[in-house]
Formats: sequence, C-alpha cells, structure tokens
Amino acid sequence: MAVNYGTKRIVVGAHYGLRDWLSQRITGGLMALFTLILLAQVLFSSGPIGYDKWAGIFSAQWMKVLTFAVIVSLLYHVWVGMRDVWMDYVQPVGIRLAAQIFTIVWLVGCAGWAIQVLWRL
Amino acid sequence: MTELATPPRPPRREFRNINAFTDLTTYRLPPAGIVSILHRVSGVVMFLLLPFIIWMFDTSISSEISFERFKAAFNSGLGFVPGVLIKLVALALIWAYLHHFIAGLRHLWMDMSHSAVTREFGHTSAIVTLALGIVLTIALGLKLFGAY
Repeated sequence: MAVNYGTKRIVVGAHYGLRDWLSQRITGGLMALFTLILLAQVLFSSGPIGYDKWAGIFSAQWMKVLTFAVIVSLLYHVWVGMRDVWMDYVQPVGIRLAAQIFTIVWLVGCAGWAIQVLWRL
Repeated sequence: MTELATPPRPPRREFRNINAFTDLTTYRLPPAGIVSILHRVSGVVMFLLLPFIIWMFDTSISSEISFERFKAAFNSGLGFVPGVLIKLVALALIWAYLHHFIAGLRHLWMDMSHSAVTREFGHTSAIVTLALGIVLTIALGLKLFGAY
C-alpha cells in the first residue's frame, strides 16, 4: 500500500484513535442513565400520569440541568454516528460534505428547539 | 519429481465493487452482524425523526392545552395525518430506541469485559439483544394501541 500517513495521509474526516470512541461511550452512557432516571420517576409516581406530573418531572432544576446535558450529549453522539455513516456509504466528496452540513444544521436546529422547550418550562 | 505438499487451490471468485442488490443479498449475516446493521439503521431512523421527538416533548410539556393536543394527536389524528399513523411512527421510534439502547449496552459490556468478546458470547448476546428489543417493543406497542 502506498504511503498513507504524515503529509501523505488521505483526509477522510475520521478522528482516528481514542477520542471519538470514548466520547461516544460517555455520551451514550449519560443518555442511558437519563433514560433510567426518567423511567424511574414515571414508574414510581402514583396514579395516572397527567400533565402536572409529567411537567413536574422536568420542572425540578436538577432535572433541567441533567436534561440539558443530555441534549448536548445527544448532539455530539448523533454527529459522530451520522458522520461515520456518511463516511462509510457516501464516497463522492461533494455529496458527503453536503450530507455532513445537512446533519450539522439539522442537529443544531433540533438541539436549539429542545433547549428552548426545556428552559421556558 | 517432488510433489507439492498441498494440492493447488482452485481459483476463487474475486469480488470487487460489490453490487448492493445482487451481491449483498448472497452474504451470510450472523446475528451479531444483524445487530450491528440494525444499530446503524435505528440510529439513522431516530436522527431523521428528531423533529417528531422534540414536537412530542414540546406539546406534551409546554401547557395543559398542548398536552391535550398531544393526546388528541394519538387518538384522533393531527390535521390530515390519522392517529394510527402517528402511533405507528411512535412504535417505530420505540423499537429504534430499545434496540439502540440494548445494543449500546452490549458494546459497553464488550469494552469492559474480555470474556464478553468471545465468539460464543457475541452470538448469544446478539440474539438476546434482538429478542429483547422485539419483545419489549411488542409489550409497549400493545399498551400504545390500548390492548391493556
């Protein structure tokens, strides 16, 4: 194989090594923990879940902070995942770049919306 | 005249530039491979449905009026979209989340335990991941469609 390192390295956009692997685990772990915490609050509340109980779960300040951290984690987790998908299946650089830009706009937009919903509560 | 220790191997077919429609279908995909590709598929599904997820978060939590609208969307539809379709999309999301969640935990387990990266464990845990995702989806789907 031809030289593929140093200045001759083919630039594909993958962050080789530990960083993305570790961030994907940490962000995923945080979201899994959030899922269990939310599920516990829903399951251990007495009676049917109406608006008051549902909104009450998210009105606690610690829950808002946690949910905010989860939204940011989701943003990064999905970016890493979708970037891997585009890199694996889309070879033409122009289309791949367009797909990655679409992903960023889509994700940042969704995160902004979710944070607005969360923090005006 | 010396003989070769092993007889020459028959020429094998070479695959290059595989065709997704004719070649991929002939590949044998073990359970771990199915879990892997479904991990991707479920992730992409949730990525594309993010606005629907946030819409559910928004309408269910913003006010009592929007909460009623949220419930009505599932029961009697929203605009021209029938409620059944919204429930089906929600069910697809439930499966995607469960599968992605369980397959993710399987990843974490494999990162932390050497005994989890054996061939046998990979096979068994893959089957458990697939089955658990489907069983929980059916259980929650029955609840969603009002079977209990």
